[in-house]
Amino acid sequence: MLARIFALVLKEFRALLKDKRSRMVLIGPPLIQLMVFGYAATFDLKNVPFAVYNEDRGHTARELFAAFDGSPAFTKVAQITREGEIAPLIDSKQVLMVVHAGPNFSADLLAGRSAALQVIVDGRNSNTAMIVVNDVREIVSRYNIQWTHDHGGSPPPAHVETRAWFNPNLESRWFFLPGIVGILTLLVTMLVTALSVAREREQGTFDQLLVTPLRPVEILIGKTLPGFIIGMGEATVIVLAAVFWFKVPLVGGLITLYTGIFLFLLSGVGVGLMISSFAATQQQGLLGAFMFMVPGIILSGFATPIRNMPQLVQDITLLDPLRYFLVVLRGVFLEGTPFHLLLNQFWPMAAIGVVSLGIAGWLFRNRMY
Amino acid sequence: MSSRMRLRGLVRKEFLQIVRDPSSIAIAFLMPLFLLLLFGYGVSLDSKHLPLGIVVEQPSADTADFTAAFRHSTYFIPHDYATTRAAEQAMMAGRINAILVLRQDFAQRLRDNDGAPIQLIVNGVDANTARIVSGYVQGSWGIWLQHYAQQRGQEFQVPVDMQQRVWFNSELRSRNYLVPGLVAVIMTLIGALLTALVMAREWERGTMEALLVTPLSMREVIVGKLLPYFILGMGGLALSVAMALYLFEVPLRGSLWVLFAASALFLVAALGMGLLISTVARSQFVAGQLAIIATFLPAFILSGFIFDIGSMPPVVQFVTHLIAARYYVAILQTVFLAGNDWSVIVPNALALVAMAVVFLGLTWKKSRKRLE
Repeated sequence: MLARIFALVLKEFRALLKDKRSRMVLIGPPLIQLMVFGYAATFDLKNVPFAVYNEDRGHTARELFAAFDGSPAFTKVAQITREGEIAPLIDSKQVLMVVHAGPNFSADLLAGRSAALQVIVDGRNSNTAMIVVNDVREIVSRYNIQWTHDHGGSPPPAHVETRAWFNPNLESRWFFLPGIVGILTLLVTMLVTALSVAREREQGTFDQLLVTPLRPVEILIGKTLPGFIIGMGEATVIVLAAVFWFKVPLVGGLITLYTGIFLFLLSGVGVGLMISSFAATQQQGLLGAFMFMVPGIILSGFATPIRNMPQLVQDITLLDPLRYFLVVLRGVFLEGTPFHLLLNQFWPMAAIGVVSLGIAGWLFRNRMY
Repeated sequence: MSSRMRLRGLVRKEFLQIVRDPSSIAIAFLMPLFLLLLFGYGVSLDSKHLPLGIVVEQPSADTADFTAAFRHSTYFIPHDYATTRAAEQAMMAGRINAILVLRQDFAQRLRDNDGAPIQLIVNGVDANTARIVSGYVQGSWGIWLQHYAQQRGQEFQVPVDMQQRVWFNSELRSRNYLVPGLVAVIMTLIGALLTALVMAREWERGTMEALLVTPLSMREVIVGKLLPYFILGMGGLALSVAMALYLFEVPLRGSLWVLFAASALFLVAALGMGLLISTVARSQFVAGQLAIIATFLPAFILSGFIFDIGSMPPVVQFVTHLIAARYYVAILQTVFLAGNDWSVIVPNALALVAMAVVFLGLTWKKSRKRLE
């Protein structure tokens, strides 16, 4: 029996790797995407273009604007003198923000009144707008503390001291890179499995496989192992790149990490094979792969928190193996979460894997065309 | 036989094929319906109800006054802990996102010269949420300062008062920008999925050669393949736009015609990319793999839909120029939220034209070469 399975695994590997194009597709793009996405996926703003509209004659406003320009988040690209210039600059996306100090800015400030600083932000991408507003608020509040201090004002009766655990500089890349590890691992398992049974069905070779002495379980193992082995290899490379190239700290244990990878591959390969054995043509298999992968990634908590979703959608995400894997990855990478605290993430992945593989095996024989 | 009649015959044949395998119709209509419903309702960046741990070491009127702001805020769900240690354990287990600690001497140091420290510990793993939490806490603290001063008959004034105005989406409703972005992602999928396997299937089965011994030229074959899927894709787009406007109530400040014209350009580019994938791959299997790699993730991560392109390193910014969705996202966000602003629409539309020409041109060239 082992020899039969081995022969089948060998055949599957050959089917995947014999074609030079297919070989290239499996290895090159995921690694290129890791590099590109690793740099692209961040919420930390850099060089956001902004314009200054300063009607104030004193130098206090100028000091504040210098603080904006000095921040890595913002780059001053224009200085305007009329209100009418604001709209064209923002509409055409030349600037994302205009900061405006009125004619009385310095006078108000020196007289002990609140001086108004207007910040106009392009809200077309409301996420970026929100981050811009937050960054501006930080600059202004730092300026306020300094100003109060320099001008002998009494400090506020209480002040907030913030400390961030696990990611002291709040670098959002540390949050996204483990997520990318998960996404690309999912991508690889889909590449290997989603079309594999569908192709054989379309070409008629699957019927031939079914009339051999191989039992469905053996076919299942033969179809599962390549996805597993390739997925394991690529996941390892991606983890290494995250740690050594992108310098994301890996504080947790490798056994915990690999338990997560193992179970996630089990569920990913399972779902991929299930889709593939349900499809009659490769076109249907491809459609199925997208119908799983796209919601699987968007609703996994990769970029938008699951907590923000309505309850019904939160319940749907319980079927998404990536959701659990991301918790494992972020926990192991950044928090050093111990094994036992992740059991609640491990067992749903195992369950999804076992159930979907079972359905795939059943479909082998019971879905005929 | 005239060229037009030949083309009509080919288009008819494609339509028959579409009707026979309903997966194309599912791609064009069911997929946008399903994905937009799921994402339009599901995806949101508006963080509310953040679980916040509160530790008050020595309760007093002052601490109650301070924490009241947090207890009544819609941004937080407060959880009380007796000790910092218990709260820290809850944060480790992921039950809370942040901890607010008021030390034993809070009430006393409130009257000191230096002021009382309020400790805020945030879980920095999700850096964005951590920033949002910290921003909300600062906001509540500011409100409390004013309230505290008023109670003592003083006037509290911040030196510089920041007044924000967000244009085009004043209440920062994230659905207004996510839904147009999702339309772009979904149209990318529709475009590529519809055509990615089409040419590969014909080559694989040998029917392409059969097609080419007819008087049909390669150009006619490409147009014949494109046209039926273009019509299907525009149907899917009309459905998506209708859902965006009437179900998700995203405002449309530009004109519908501009929206459809830009979408038609994008769809040709996306279908062209599918045809090119199909032609380069030679087999449906590899074409499917390429479609999985080249469509969704680049459109999701590199289009400016979620991540700000300007903040990416220059090399990555350069790569984003190769992603058609980038131009389409820019047009969609502008036409939906800002209006017909030609300084944004024209350059991006031209880029889409260029991409469509390149994709279709390459398809034409590669297909001809294969025959030799």
